[in-house]
Amino acid sequence: MLIRYFPTNTKYEFMRYRRVSFPLSAILSLLTVVLFFAVGMSFGIDFKGGTLIEMRAVNGMADVGSIRERAGALGFGSAEVQGFGDGREVSVRIELQPGGEQGQQMVVSRMRETFGNEYEFRRIEVVGPRVSGELVQSGTLGVILALLAILAYLWFRFEWQYAIGAVVATLHDIVLTIGFFAVTQIQFDMTSIAAILTIMGYSLNDTVVVYDRIRETMRKYKKVPVGVLLDQAINETLTRTIITGFSTALAVIALAVFGGEVLRGFSYTILFGLIVGTYSSVFIAAPILVYFGLREGAEIEAPAASAKAAAE
Amino acid sequence: MLRFSKLKVFTIIAAVLIGMYLAVPSLMTQEQRQAFQNSIPGWVPSWLVPTHAISLGLDLQGGSHVLLEVDAQDLLRTQVALMRDDVRRILREARVAPQGGIQLTPRGVQVRVPDPADRERLLPRLRELAQPTGNAVLGQTGGTDIEISTTPEGVIALTYTEAGFNERIRRAVDQSIEVVRRRVDVTGTTEPNIQRQGADRILVQVPGLQDPQRLKELLGRTAKLEFRLLAQQSTGDVDMLPMREEGGQRVPVERRVIAEGADLTDAQPAFDSRTNEPIVNFRFNIRGAQRFGQATSENVGRPLAIVLDNEVISAPTIQSPITGGQGQISGRFTVQQVNDLAVLLRAGALPAKLTIIEERTVGPGLGQDSIEAGRTAVIIGSVLVAAFMIASYGLLGIIAVAAVAINVALILGVMSVMGATLTLPGIAGILLTIGMAVDSNVLIYERIREEARLGRSAVSSLDQGFGRALGTILDANFTTLLAAGILFFLGTGPVRGFAVTLSIGVITTVFTAYTVTRLMIAGWYHFTRPKAINF
Repeated sequence: MLIRYFPTNTKYEFMRYRRVSFPLSAILSLLTVVLFFAVGMSFGIDFKGGTLIEMRAVNGMADVGSIRERAGALGFGSAEVQGFGDGREVSVRIELQPGGEQGQQMVVSRMRETFGNEYEFRRIEVVGPRVSGELVQSGTLGVILALLAILAYLWFRFEWQYAIGAVVATLHDIVLTIGFFAVTQIQFDMTSIAAILTIMGYSLNDTVVVYDRIRETMRKYKKVPVGVLLDQAINETLTRTIITGFSTALAVIALAVFGGEVLRGFSYTILFGLIVGTYSSVFIAAPILVYFGLREGAEIEAPAASAKAAAE
Repeated sequence: MLRFSKLKVFTIIAAVLIGMYLAVPSLMTQEQRQAFQNSIPGWVPSWLVPTHAISLGLDLQGGSHVLLEVDAQDLLRTQVALMRDDVRRILREARVAPQGGIQLTPRGVQVRVPDPADRERLLPRLRELAQPTGNAVLGQTGGTDIEISTTPEGVIALTYTEAGFNERIRRAVDQSIEVVRRRVDVTGTTEPNIQRQGADRILVQVPGLQDPQRLKELLGRTAKLEFRLLAQQSTGDVDMLPMREEGGQRVPVERRVIAEGADLTDAQPAFDSRTNEPIVNFRFNIRGAQRFGQATSENVGRPLAIVLDNEVISAPTIQSPITGGQGQISGRFTVQQVNDLAVLLRAGALPAKLTIIEERTVGPGLGQDSIEAGRTAVIIGSVLVAAFMIASYGLLGIIAVAAVAINVALILGVMSVMGATLTLPGIAGILLTIGMAVDSNVLIYERIREEARLGRSAVSSLDQGFGRALGTILDANFTTLLAAGILFFLGTGPVRGFAVTLSIGVITTVFTAYTVTRLMIAGWYHFTRPKAINF
């Protein structure tokens, strides 16, 4: 026999929890905005331009202090030096140099001259001002386009109330994830945009599953108040929400622990998004529907839908 | 939902097997793949043998990614210089002397010809310079590339139009790609990928290249070679150019070009037999040999100026007429420098300077580490997810794990056929898909459990559970696909790799849920015939 880890037939009153979850999310979102402007994110070279070099000491440990000093003395402004991995590796970030696109080329060769004998250069990235500007543009555009596409799709597949609810929940996830970047100071680069879009995808997946059930329940019980139905739908899908969330989290944790340095920030971000996305599906996306007058829309749909159900 | 016709069962199994079969080459090393292909007997038709393997992104196999942009300002300068030469020729042919010579404007040239009769003679000839833009074959003529205007005071201005200049940028990129390819080939790298990107960019990807310094040096030079004469005085039709051997001191050089890089047929590094100094030997084509021979005969005793990218690299005195069509360039070069110079001269000049606007290089050590890390993460992640599923659902959990495994095999199969590139974020995408592919099984199982709790029979629960869950699965996955699709069109490099695996993963997930999982559940029901559902 199998052990049942997760309770079935739960009767949590999620609609009531919204009195806590809505203000909580509002405060957290507000805090993010404050943090974003007061502290800011640690933008990587993808968006700021500049040079990133990862090197590994050929013998023994990397001397972060000495690297910082010697790289700083090259005259390219201050160098951001960070040790990582097993202590042999460092990443050096040098800001965008004046002189447009050509201005960046000197950095790598001077760094090689200075450190080439003691360190193996494992990664070199140089992003000029033009490319970084374009990456900012396409990154922002990507997130906005994705939101619009999702809005349109959910409007088409469900009703406008669902579309608005899902977009509000998704925006909530994006905002909190940006807050996560501001708090942790994990470098924000093109991979982070990928992480945000993944979180969007996952959170929506979750939201749509709950919405699907809400729609179904609405059609079945025409006389029951909306709030009760929302509660019921969330409870009915709760086991699935937990099991899926948990198994995805297992995969992402494996990625964070074993996936190597390159993917670490990415996996932490997705893990955070997984939690926020699951939370927002249950505590934001579903309860918010109660404000949107779901019934009137459903009433018009209902006869056609039940006729279709009968025909099946 | 549980009934399958024999044909359907066969089709599903065949699709899965084909998908897995196609993934086979990707799971092998280069040598194994070769051995595998050799081991296939000759009578097997070649289309039955999978040859495509997933290629590894530069972040996994190591290599250099360099994004170049045609320097529009530089191109405009050379184009304006060409226009000036054309106009000068026409003025000479028409025997018209403009007031104040030929003046350069930001996008063209202008001449002042006060005499109306001169203008009338000149204008038709100048108009011949203008070419229609756009594709004439398709009839898309959108005007001309050069606009010619006159003022009442007699100033004739020739200006490149927007369309005309854009067309020149496009042409410059086409020419540059060829030159870049020849230059990259010399570095002896395998399978470089060189392609146009956007209107004015060229992407160069060289797998396995550790230090792109030499590549960048080769690509960063226009390599425009000209043979001119050093001028005796610094006024008149001369350019003041820096002289390499004199530490960059500027010397006057006649504007007239005797011969140029395009006139060369060959260039080889060598050593001077007398001084043992590294030099470049070159050979002219017929036209170049004639012009060079004539110019050297007329100017014995004067210094020649060998100009490379607007720098006088050498200024030997002409001892005797050089009519054999051969010559050498010396100038206190190192061996490496003459090697590069010979390469550049053989590959030809770029129509304009190329600027490096992005560079990403990953060393092979880091790539190998990333592969290892990715592999470990996928294995451990899969084991964890599988253990969790089996603990939650028992026998049906095993079916779920099998479905997810088939799903991953199908992702690899599809990627192999498409010749897609696997990047490190791509591996992350696969792992994420594993987590999310489980979702479709969870949705189905939970729904079946629910239906069973409502008091339905086993068959009915399975039937209803499947039917209802599949609609949800479709809706939920489609939204993920939307996000992944947008990521694909906007992302670059590794991020794009993530979008690819995620998109393919979403599609194979829906496919497996609809077919493979359903088939396996039907099989399970067929063999166990449970009265009620209580897993």
